[in-house]
Amino acid sequence: MIKGIPASNGIGIGRALVYQEEDKSKEYTGKKIGETQLENEMTRFAEAVQIAGKKLEEAKVKASKILEEKDLQLFEAYMKVLGDPILNDMVRTNIQKQYLCAEASVLEAVDKIKAMFLTIDNDYMKQRAEDVENVGNYILDALLGRERVDLSQLEADTILIARDLTPADTVALDKARIKGFAIAKGGETSHTAIVARMLEIPAVVGCGENILKISSGETVILDGAEGTVLSNPDSEQLGFYMQEQQKYLAVQEEIGQLKEKPAVTIDGMRVELFGNIGKPEEALSVVEKGGQGIGLFRTEFLYMDRNQLPSEEEQFQAYKKAAESMGGMPCIIRTLDIGGDKQIKSLELPAEENPFLGYRAIRICLKEVEVFKTQLKAILRASTYGTLKIMFPMISGIEELRAAKKILAEVKNDLDEKSIPYDRNIQVGIMIEIPSAAITADILAKEADFFSIGTNDLCQYSLAVDRMNENVSYLYNPMHPGVLRLIKNVIEAGHEAGIKVGMCGEMASNVESAAVLLGLGLDEFSMAPSSIPYIKKAICNLTFEKAGDIAENVLKISDAAQIRIYVKERLNAD
Amino acid sequence: MLTNNFVITCAVGLHARPASVLVSIAETFKSDIIIRFKEKEVPAKSLIGVMTLGAETGESIEISVTGEDQEKAMERMVLFFEKELQEL
Repeated sequence: MIKGIPASNGIGIGRALVYQEEDKSKEYTGKKIGETQLENEMTRFAEAVQIAGKKLEEAKVKASKILEEKDLQLFEAYMKVLGDPILNDMVRTNIQKQYLCAEASVLEAVDKIKAMFLTIDNDYMKQRAEDVENVGNYILDALLGRERVDLSQLEADTILIARDLTPADTVALDKARIKGFAIAKGGETSHTAIVARMLEIPAVVGCGENILKISSGETVILDGAEGTVLSNPDSEQLGFYMQEQQKYLAVQEEIGQLKEKPAVTIDGMRVELFGNIGKPEEALSVVEKGGQGIGLFRTEFLYMDRNQLPSEEEQFQAYKKAAESMGGMPCIIRTLDIGGDKQIKSLELPAEENPFLGYRAIRICLKEVEVFKTQLKAILRASTYGTLKIMFPMISGIEELRAAKKILAEVKNDLDEKSIPYDRNIQVGIMIEIPSAAITADILAKEADFFSIGTNDLCQYSLAVDRMNENVSYLYNPMHPGVLRLIKNVIEAGHEAGIKVGMCGEMASNVESAAVLLGLGLDEFSMAPSSIPYIKKAICNLTFEKAGDIAENVLKISDAAQIRIYVKERLNAD
Repeated sequence: MLTNNFVITCAVGLHARPASVLVSIAETFKSDIIIRFKEKEVPAKSLIGVMTLGAETGESIEISVTGEDQEKAMERMVLFFEKELQEL
């Protein structure tokens, strides 16, 4: 069994086709030519660029039948790189001045440009470096006379195995015949993974070179959710995975039917299922997955990876976009939550001994008042474009909530003076992620419009566990009786004061813990968009009564490990 | 040859989208358009060139345009750098 990175869910069973372009081009590295061959090599290069252009054009035509206009931009980007004067000049200079053969000249130029891109440290540049390499491979294909396997003409039930697939490869895939793919390179956000998810083909990436040891024709099982690849399975394994595959397909069908429906238990208890997002563009995927709002819009992306603070206008555009994408459904914007392990250059925060107990989130905002005001102003201005709510992170006590609300009131006054419109009834809530806030939730509930429990931090603070520390991470358990009692207290205090209580931590996206939370009375569950359908399904198949009973019993169990086992048993029993 | 200096006003610097928009505008002119930044010099028609320039928000670059449609090209560059770029 080979383990890779899960890239696209589903189980694929089929025959391997090893699509490994044997990379002989490296043999040409540094190969010199004589003076008499100069002209010939220049012509070969020029012809290769033309052929590569034609191949890309063909791939684009094929892809245009499957993909939408915006996804075809990829090919435009490739064509641009292919025709780029810097790339072309570099190759020609390599031939004419360095006396390198055309292959070596292309290899050298591609490496140099890739290195230039990679000096700029961000994901976008890494993707562009990949583009340049892919385009270089198209030119080398033409120079070396390499033919690519035609991926649109495959045998039925093919599992494609390759070192790397270019996006142009993946879009050409014959979806009806391909049952999945396993790739040696790449990560969860590589083009290949994204296209695979879009086409709903199971995929595992980042498998390592070992994956190429599988031979064409072998039976292969691929589990896209677990990220595993199994070759030559025995009959028992085959039987097991065929069952898993059936189960997966049945779940997918049920999920498809649930998409438009609200999350309501069998006995009629309705809860809200929201999505967590980190960028305004992701709002659409929340709607696509059947979410009814955004429970957490992390705003850190606006501040990270740059030298200047974001302007009010830039922030306004981002919040407006999220508001509009949700078409009136609520969107909870969390104000800046940095410091500790998340650093931003523009604030020059000092390194700390105990970052998680240090200067972070609302603590920074209450001191850097102008930074805070700029963000609040942008949110308020955007609030007329949908239903926005403001949420303050890391509130430990009522003084911080009052101080933050006081600054918000000043910003509102400012807007009033300038007659700039905003939603006057905008709700202001807080994250409950510090034990003191959970314990004094009754006090905070009187002055907050809603609560959202952040379980990741709440858990780590109340159990005194750094879950990144592998020596203690086994202690990290959101179903610990101590954490559950805190959560219960928060929900009860919120309801007592007549405000809604939600959760935006990972706990809300786990089927077992979600059942307990439902039983405890949680009003809103917010999670990664991809988890929404699964939790919706779980809630729709439960009664509120049963969930209440499970929760009640769970609170009587003293052993943290037993709690999850108990819930699992109850959910599986009818 | 026409020459002008501009300040990068978009928030992300002259990378990614702003860079590709600039290149597609530059491509519509016959003139050679050269960007100078610090000690580097790249053609504005090269996405690779513009993106690897590393010009960040607030920094200043120099644009020179040479060719038969240089007036029009420079007018367009002024519009891009002084107005459109802020919105990218």
